[in-house]
Formats: sequence, structure tokens, C-alpha cells
Amino acid sequence: MSAVVVTDAVKRYDAVTALDGVTITFREGELFGLLGPSGSGKTTLLRAIAGFVTLDRGQVLIDGQNVGGVPVHARNIGMMFQSYALFPHMSVAENVAFGLEVRGRPREEVARRVQEALAMVRLGGLEQRKPKQLSGGQQQRVALARALVTRPKVLLLDEPLGALDRHLRQEMQVELRRIQRQVGITTIFVTHDQEEALTLSDRIAIFDFGRVIQEGAPMEVYERPVTKFAAGFLGEANFLHGRVTSLEPGGLARVALEIGGAASCRLKGGQVGQSVLLALRPEKITLSTEGEAGMNAVRGNVLDVVFSGNSTTYRVAVGEQVMTLFRQNLSQGTVAPGSDVVLSWSSDHLVQVTP
Amino acid sequence: MKLGPALLKVHLWLVLGFLYVPIVVMAALGFNASPLYALPFEFDLVWYRALAGNAKLIDAGIHSVGIALVNTIIATALGTMAALAFARYTFRGRTVMQILLFPPIAIPWLVIGTAMLVFFYWIDVRRGLFAILLGHVALSLPYVIVVVGARLATFPRAVEEAAATLGATPWQTFRRVTAPILAPGVIGGALFAFAVSFDQFVISYFLAPPGVTTLPVEIYGAIRKGFTPEINAISTIIIVVSMGVLLLTARFYRFGGER
Repeated sequence: MSAVVVTDAVKRYDAVTALDGVTITFREGELFGLLGPSGSGKTTLLRAIAGFVTLDRGQVLIDGQNVGGVPVHARNIGMMFQSYALFPHMSVAENVAFGLEVRGRPREEVARRVQEALAMVRLGGLEQRKPKQLSGGQQQRVALARALVTRPKVLLLDEPLGALDRHLRQEMQVELRRIQRQVGITTIFVTHDQEEALTLSDRIAIFDFGRVIQEGAPMEVYERPVTKFAAGFLGEANFLHGRVTSLEPGGLARVALEIGGAASCRLKGGQVGQSVLLALRPEKITLSTEGEAGMNAVRGNVLDVVFSGNSTTYRVAVGEQVMTLFRQNLSQGTVAPGSDVVLSWSSDHLVQVTP
Repeated sequence: MKLGPALLKVHLWLVLGFLYVPIVVMAALGFNASPLYALPFEFDLVWYRALAGNAKLIDAGIHSVGIALVNTIIATALGTMAALAFARYTFRGRTVMQILLFPPIAIPWLVIGTAMLVFFYWIDVRRGLFAILLGHVALSLPYVIVVVGARLATFPRAVEEAAATLGATPWQTFRRVTAPILAPGVIGGALFAFAVSFDQFVISYFLAPPGVTTLPVEIYGAIRKGFTPEINAISTIIIVVSMGVLLLTARFYRFGGER
């Protein structure tokens, strides 16, 4: 089952192409994160699904129905805005009741469903407050209750947690996840916060220049990025240039690294002599003060050390390049800057990316 | 150290006294029995009674209130629409039109009055209540646009989008979301329009034909002829009305924004 399908969506504004042929299938009941830098098209896509943006080409299907000619108010969607967009002249209860009242639901039903919705977001007792009298987190809960009370087919969230401070944001992430599971509604949210996307989403899509660079489960996208942009945008990565020296049976290739030394890794096709770009996550690198350079191991010199509680970040000069790595603070203590070290990794953690 | 604040206080009271003592004296003498403003003060409502029997002043009063009310309705409706157009749409000449709103506020009314008199003669609009009304609308329109525009400038557009996603048709959105949020600005603009029209002398004087007057024009005429404390009485009534409108404006325009 698929709740929302977008096919070949194109939207141009004068010289800017906001959407450049986007095709995504949002599955029933999943929480899908649209991730990308500002101006990458993710918000345009969200607003096209809502109906605020008319596509130049392509279509949006909600529940199998092409909503191309359907105005926003007839699409049966729920949307939460970054600014929450609560009605300032209405109380909390009136805000939540609005969607039911414009649909002409009977008064008893409205009252009952408003109560249910406010209970779901744990705001019982604040019915008569005005939005101005609420904290940021409370306003967000009202906005969520208001968006869900009409039982929409799809919930759209525009930077849902962007306006909250860090502590409240983590709390609301958990809350949002709980409510989304409880209601089981297909939810699409836009964020530029990679951590938020990884924590919340069942699946994510990474946007750049109006295109989907990669789509998949957060772990899959994180562990196997396909492009340099995807690897660098979602988490941190070291990028190693190299040239294929031999292909071995079993699919592994030997690569001579520009920083010196050799690596072995799995390539997508490839032939001897071809140049490749490999991504390596900082936490996959093992640092040791002894050992030799060799296959998947290079020598370097520690430039600086940043202790940050549960882990320590090392920057190590290797050849012409500086590599970054994280090391969990078990009990080994830190390695002093200036020390000669050996960095090593497993073949599985080298990922070929397109530049 | 202590002298500073004390001096400021004295200064404040001097300023207020300078502004209000003449008005208070004027109002008090309206309740004085002597037709020659002679003292000692002797309380009497004789001038208010005389006012009640002065058909010309009452007629002028009715004209003034009537014109002010009709002017308020027209100027508020047109001004609100114009403010919405300026805030919501981009169109050719928008900036020029917005800039052109301000000269009518800044140009002396005498000049505008003369211009209107000539213009109305030229397009064959006779001097009379209708011409006065047209003049007042033209004059109060910029005030309404500026006041409503200020409210629109802080209008959160996302709430209209939110209303749409919740299933509200454009009309429902306007009636239940846009209009209530704009209301304080519109009411403030309306009160401005009423005050501008009700207090207007120059334009009314220029555009009033013989025999038809508004209150300020009638008072001016009476003063020139030689007057009795009746004028004090009617002036006091005008001041009470104007101050009332002003206080209402302040309430809606200043504090209305926060509700």
C-alpha cells in the first residue's frame, strides 16, 4: 500500500529549478524524512503535496487519487508549520476544533474529539488558554493535535522541531514518534537537521538541487552513501582518492591511495587503472600507537585532540590529507598531539561514492 | 539628583496645563449664565437649552455626524481593500501608489480644499453634502490604508495556510481567521476616518454651498458674526465626542494588537 506517490515532479521559479524530476513513493503509515540543505527542494515538495505549490510537470497521488486539480482545503491533509501558525485569536480548544467545525461536525462530536486530541498530546486542562500563554513545546503540541484531529490521510511537518531548544527537541522527537505510531498516519517531514532525520524517520530521502540523491532507511543511507554529497551531508566522512591496482576474486579490489598505502574494498564494477573516491566514517577508524602501515592501514601524525565526554575526536595528518576519527572513551586514555599513530579500518567500511 | 525628576514633573504639568487649561476654561464658560463671559461664575444650563432650540446648529450637527458615518463606512471598506492589495499582491505601480498615499496627509488642507473646489467645478460636481463627502473620503482614505497596512505588516500568513490545510474554504478562512485577526486594525482605521471627517473644517468650508453647513463650518461662521456661550456648549460636545473616538482608537489600535 502506498499513501502518497510523487512522480517526476518538476517546479521552476524563473531561473531556479526547485524540483527537477522527483519521484518518491511514501508507504502507508511510515514516517518519511526529507533531508537536504536549504533551497534543495524538500520544502517545495512538501508544499506541492499540500497543494500550495502547483507542479509544472509530474503528479501527486494521495490514496491513489491524482490531486493535481484539488485545492488545499479539499485534500484532507494535516500540516504542521514551523511557526506552528496557531490562530492567535482562538483558545487552544477552538484552535483544535477549527478543522472539525469547518467540516460541519456536530457540536458534541467536536467537543469529544477535541478532548481526545488534547489528551493524546498531553495538554488536557489548557483548553481555555490562548496560544500566547503557552510555551513553545505546548504550542507545538496544540499544532499537532489540531493537524491530527480531522484524521487526515497524510501528515506533513515543515521543520517540526526547528524552533525548539535542544532539550525540548529531543523530548518532542520521542513524543512525535509515539503519537505517529499510535495514530499510524503516513507522515512526511522536512528537516535540515541530519540527527533529527536519522532519529525520527523510517526512511529518508536526501535532496540536493531539486533532486533526490538517495532514498532509503536511515542506517542504509548512512552506511552506504552513494555520492560524496550524501556521505558528507548525513554525518561526517573522510574522503580518500585512489586508483584501482588489481581486481581479486570475490569482488574485492585493491586500491592504491593518494595519501600513501593501499586499501581493499568492494567496488561497483570498475577496472584496473580507474580512479575511485572512497568514503570512510570517522567512527570506523581504529587508532593505535603501534603496528605497521599496510593493507587498510596508514601511518599518520596526530594534529589535535578534542575531548568531548563520551568520545574524543582526533585529527591526524596522513600524507597530504587530514583525517578525522572518533574514539570512544573506554579506559585507554588519549593519545597526545604529535604522536605517530597507525590508522586502520575494515574493508567493509570503505564505501565507493561518486564525486 | 532629586531635583531632576521633580523638574521633569513640573515640566510635564506645565505642558499639560498649557494644552488643557484653555479647553477647560472654554468648557466651563459654557455652563456660565453670563452671555458676555462675565465672572463670577454662575452655573446655568441656559446655553445648552438655547443650543437645543438652535435649528441651524442642530442641522449642521446632523450633517457632520451623517457625513462622518457614511465617510467612515466608505473609506474603511475601500481603504481595507487597498491595504490588502498592497500587502498581498505585486502589481505595476504599487510602490508609486504607496508613496502617493502620503502627500494627502502632508499637504495643507487649504491647498487640497482649493484643488478640490476647482476640480469638482471642472468635472461638474456641485458644491454640497455629496461633494463634501467625496472630499472627506479622499482625505481619510490614506489614514485607513496606513493603519490597516500596519496591522497587515505583522499578519502571520501561515495561519491562512493552516486554515486551508484544516479544510477551510477561502471564504471560511477569511471570515474565521483573516477578518478577526485584522479587525483591530480595521476598527482603528475606521475610528481615524470618523475623526478626520468629523473634525474637518477647511474642505467642508470650501465645498459647502450657502445654507448648508457642517458643525465646524457653522461654528466658524458664528464666531465671525459675534457669538454667545452657545458656541462653548457645542464645542464642549464636539470635544467630548472627539476625545471619545480618540480614546477608542488608542484602545483598539495600540492595545488591540496584543489580543
